[in-house]
Amino acid sequence: MIRYILKRILTIIPVVLLVAVVVFTVMYFSPGNPAEIILGPGASEENIHTLEVQLGLDQPYFVQLGRFMFNTFIRFDLGNSYVNDISISHELAMRFPKTLLLAVFAIVLELIVGIPLGMIAAIKRNRWQDQLCMLFALIGVSAPAFWLGIEMVLIFSNKLHLLPSSGISTWTGWILPVILVSLRGVAQMARQARSSMLEVIKSDYVTTGRAKGLKEGEIMFKYALPNALIPLIQTAGNSFASSLGGAIVIESLFSIPGIGQYMIQAIGGRDYAVIRGTVVVLSIAFCLIMLIVDLIFAFVDPRIMAQYSSRAKKERYRAGHGKEVRSNA
Amino acid sequence: MDENSFLSVKDLVVEYTSNKETIHAVNGVSFELEKGKTLGLVGETGAGKTSIAKSILRILPNPPAKVRNGEIWFEGEDLMQVEESEMRKIRGRKISMIFQDPMTSLNPTMRVANQIADGIRRHDGCSKKEALHKAADMLEVVGIPKSRARDYPHQFSGGMKQRVIIAIALACEPDLILADEPTSALDVTIQAQVLEMMDELKSQRGTSMILITHDLGIVAETCDNVAIIYAGQIVEYGDKYEIFDNPSHPYTIGLFGSLPDMESDEERLHPMSGMMPNPTDLPKGCKFYPRCPHAADACAEAEIPLTHLEGTHTCRCLKAGRLNETEN
Repeated sequence: MIRYILKRILTIIPVVLLVAVVVFTVMYFSPGNPAEIILGPGASEENIHTLEVQLGLDQPYFVQLGRFMFNTFIRFDLGNSYVNDISISHELAMRFPKTLLLAVFAIVLELIVGIPLGMIAAIKRNRWQDQLCMLFALIGVSAPAFWLGIEMVLIFSNKLHLLPSSGISTWTGWILPVILVSLRGVAQMARQARSSMLEVIKSDYVTTGRAKGLKEGEIMFKYALPNALIPLIQTAGNSFASSLGGAIVIESLFSIPGIGQYMIQAIGGRDYAVIRGTVVVLSIAFCLIMLIVDLIFAFVDPRIMAQYSSRAKKERYRAGHGKEVRSNA
Repeated sequence: MDENSFLSVKDLVVEYTSNKETIHAVNGVSFELEKGKTLGLVGETGAGKTSIAKSILRILPNPPAKVRNGEIWFEGEDLMQVEESEMRKIRGRKISMIFQDPMTSLNPTMRVANQIADGIRRHDGCSKKEALHKAADMLEVVGIPKSRARDYPHQFSGGMKQRVIIAIALACEPDLILADEPTSALDVTIQAQVLEMMDELKSQRGTSMILITHDLGIVAETCDNVAIIYAGQIVEYGDKYEIFDNPSHPYTIGLFGSLPDMESDEERLHPMSGMMPNPTDLPKGCKFYPRCPHAADACAEAEIPLTHLEGTHTCRCLKAGRLNETEN
């Protein structure tokens, strides 16, 4: 198992390097001169040229790429923003925890709301409980987040004065953003959990459980749910990863100083250095999340765990198995 | 029919509904089983054998399946009438089932000993540790070393999985075992082992059994009585010798005729022509009428009653008892 984790961590390295090269290249060939951006409109040709030399922008592509890679991966320095000259690493260190918190709360909500909803819908198939859950899921999947966000701010902040309309100075400020970020995920999770449960409920081992005289609750939680969870882990992982990088609308709407907001500002201001740095950091986060997803798979499904176990252990099983077959014959 | 006998099934009707079509899976099956005896339910795939067994345990998937009619008297109680909570006490404890497909009948995310212990805990009310201990003992009974108790199903071969399923069924020493093709998924050598083991356990504990199979060889080896099922009906019933020595229904005769004879020098098998009738649209009279070599007009007109032949031997054919003379 540990060997597997180490192996997976090693495979992250080329992925992240490749992402860095691609993002640098795309930014390099994008229109717009960073020196002009930094100096703003109306800067003289001379000043622009001086700054270009200063930043090394007059160097050939490969030299610039090499320097970017060296700074990023050897010196762990992502450089400074073109727009306000603040260190990108510093800025990300400030912002990343906020986005992470948002994503973690959102995924927890997805799991503890989405999965039970799907389970209820599957168990009460075609009855009103099912229809209610699925109507909710349909709304959650199809309603645009920005619209729902505005509606909820109108209701809960402006009319009822229960929650702040923006900012995260108090913990109540997190409530609306978390609900909105997770809403689509909850809905998707509920739909997936329903179809996954329906599949599992039909399976033979659930019938075996019934034939043992087990109570329906025990059958659902010990026989159906663990098996139904397996395909849901991937959904949860994807949803977590996308809310890390993609909570842009909600972060902007509620003025949460997170990664999404940072990215959208950088793109608007053609702040290529910030875009590069953020993408590299997010790619590392994505790779780690996918690794965690795979590890959770292994803990839920013993068949996958068996694949990850080291070769020595497999050999031991095989030897043990061979002995028993002989003794039975 | 005697309500006081060990198990007595009366006029069981099971239907499946799908897309507004009704599939008539079981159409008025009645039989009795004495304590300690084994009844073989023989028939081809789709004849309704498994539906009969699952109705006895009341574990048919509903929807789509529905028991339309029938009484199932077990130890003086009609199982169709008892409360669900009462039924849960019977399942696994008094009646248990060995399932057909060992590959899909075990929970892949649970250790095998826990799967056996589940039922023990439910019925004996003992501690988890005790139940696991008993489960490990059960594994030994079916020939799996205790050291494998903490393994998962995927670590077992098909034959060993089937043994685990048998261990689950036997764990609470039930009075009646419904064995649904317990050996169909296994290869012939393992089949023999499993059958031998089941026979041994059965005679040790005096357990009754309903053995569902399409293998006449297994019937000859293990059963006392035989019911031949065709399109959801018993077409012939009798003790093993009556059926094997004197098959009377054209379908039974066809079944025996399709077995290759090791002694004669035949080059081809003799399959029965035709297919089982569509269960959504069964013939009005004899269900076997379209395939029957002896069919007469009268066969298609109305339901054929069971004709008593001799002893326990009954046959659902208008020409019952008169076929052999003309045929052989």
